[in-house]
Amino acid sequence: MSNASASAEPAEQLTAEEKQLVRAPLVLNKRTMGWISDYISSIVEGKTPTWWYVSMAITVPLTLMCLAMLAYLIATGVGVWGNNHPVGWAWDITNFVFWIGIGHAGTLISAILFLTRQKWRTSINRAAEAMTLFAVVCAGIYPALHVGRVWMAWWLAPVPNANAIWQNFRSPLLWDVFAVSTYFTVSVLFWYTGLIPDLATLRDRCKTKIRKFIYGVLALGWRGGNRQWRHYEMAYLILAGLSTPLVLSVHSVVSFDFATSVVPGWHTTIFPPYFVAGAIFGGFAMVLTIMIPACAVYKPLHDLVTIDHVDKMCKIILLTGSIVGYAYLMELFIAWYGANPYEKAAFWYRAFGPYWWAYWSMMFCNVIAPQFFWFKFFRTHLVWVWILVQFPNAGMWFERFVIIATTLARDFMPSAWGMFHPTWVDILTFVGTFGLFGTLFLLFIRFLPMICMFEVKAVLPEADPHHGEAHH
Amino acid sequence: MNAVGNPESQVYGIAAEFQSARDLYHAAEKIRDAGFQKWDVFSPFPIHGMDEAMGMKKSILGKLVFFGGLTGFLAAVTLEFGTSSFLYPLIVAGKPTNLYTVPAFFPIMFELTILLSAFTAVFGMLILNGLPRLNHQLFNWERFKLVTEDKFFVAIESDDPKFSSRSVRDFLESLGGTHITTIHGD
Repeated sequence: MSNASASAEPAEQLTAEEKQLVRAPLVLNKRTMGWISDYISSIVEGKTPTWWYVSMAITVPLTLMCLAMLAYLIATGVGVWGNNHPVGWAWDITNFVFWIGIGHAGTLISAILFLTRQKWRTSINRAAEAMTLFAVVCAGIYPALHVGRVWMAWWLAPVPNANAIWQNFRSPLLWDVFAVSTYFTVSVLFWYTGLIPDLATLRDRCKTKIRKFIYGVLALGWRGGNRQWRHYEMAYLILAGLSTPLVLSVHSVVSFDFATSVVPGWHTTIFPPYFVAGAIFGGFAMVLTIMIPACAVYKPLHDLVTIDHVDKMCKIILLTGSIVGYAYLMELFIAWYGANPYEKAAFWYRAFGPYWWAYWSMMFCNVIAPQFFWFKFFRTHLVWVWILVQFPNAGMWFERFVIIATTLARDFMPSAWGMFHPTWVDILTFVGTFGLFGTLFLLFIRFLPMICMFEVKAVLPEADPHHGEAHH
Repeated sequence: MNAVGNPESQVYGIAAEFQSARDLYHAAEKIRDAGFQKWDVFSPFPIHGMDEAMGMKKSILGKLVFFGGLTGFLAAVTLEFGTSSFLYPLIVAGKPTNLYTVPAFFPIMFELTILLSAFTAVFGMLILNGLPRLNHQLFNWERFKLVTEDKFFVAIESDDPKFSSRSVRDFLESLGGTHITTIHGD
């Protein structure tokens, strides 16, 4: 590739002081543009590997199990779940908030890190955005199904119902409908916009007619002219600018579902920032959970998704985990300082009531376990990173369970207290959503470029139009 | 000089290949200075500063998105006040149905503003770029497929007032372009 041979090292001409300012390369081993296209496309173009079939053999049955559970629920009634008075929201909303929170890391990487010009995001944003979409798909199942009579779910849409009464637009539940559907739609648009130039790459490399037709249609006729790129870059910048407040609003709106109620333990103003920080915390853990095995399978990807990327993501987990820990402690402090006996009792029951095990699991997983990431050793050894990020994954589920189930199980009147026990349908549906998530992700790896090729090419040194010229 | 496409049909333009972003950038500056109007440079990724090198202004997409967002905002205002204040005033928990209810209406105004802005950004970008389309004269040239891989191209269209095939070919050659090819339509 002539690009590689033409690249004289500009760092050679710099003084020692200037050399300190030169950043570490984002792509290791001086990979060329041609290598990037060849390698990433080859994952899509090559023969389907055995591990892919093995993985699908696990995830597809789980997906089918999830669908069977949902069919059983629709056919029988929402009573097949363990939700009952007083815990009317249980695993359904816990799992909804859990999955939607996971999606937030993808948007953070694609939008907020784009606006803050963190160029290292380029090699992880595609997979993280895909993860966002698939997590929102899993999340969307629960609110749609927990309404009970699913065929009435259209009452959520802004059209008058049978009695010509419109929705209550002041209700946080309706805000949630708008927030989550907008979030999903904008995430799809953002993801697809980013895919267009890479789909064109796949189209131009196609050998068979069917592939050429499919990728050709999907690439929309992209030619890569600068007259196209200039509108394209503007669109991408605008989408990043729109997604940034959007992602912060989505989990804030989710937290309003709780915060605008009068239930002790829910009625707090700390919820929106605390939920957003928790979502990013759990989301980055999930990004690492799936990216580390993907790079282990496709070893040359370590030149694109480097140890430095993992290190940075672990630091974000440490930061957001500490924010979450602060929020937990602040909740406890306010429960005591606020002098509201019901609030105080709610937090007492969380820590020492019948669900103490969930509370302390949450505390350990979200506050204690991420502290290992203060040490570089744990941030840079992939096996340790993978093990440690399982704690935030589990911890964030416990957090939502603690907030939802424990709070509802113990409210004002002891006569209204009760316990929640999940049924086998609850458990199998939740396990099944992991199968759905895994299936969608495996299909994504197989049929779409999992790394944004054109953006990675653009951060290579030779992509600079003044590369090799005197610095000014 | 090579030619691709159907030789009977109209000439789309003349294209040349370049080997690096730097060469393409300098070629663009010279084509701009030579006063061509209908031409474009093609690259595997957006090149920083190429708009200036080509003498182009900022994309107008931002202005379109403003109006898209405004439409979303006004749609939400109409939907919320229209239905909850006028069509059937819905009093829940004693909350007002007049202007004082704005804080509770705000989240949906925000979401619809974002939604319509995003639609305008994506579909506006596609319309401004003349996409989607199934084919283009440039796709007749086999080498042009490398534009999405690691090669760089310039094409000067025959619609340009300064276009003449001999002078354009010599000009592209003087800029360092290789594989200079006349592109015909289908």
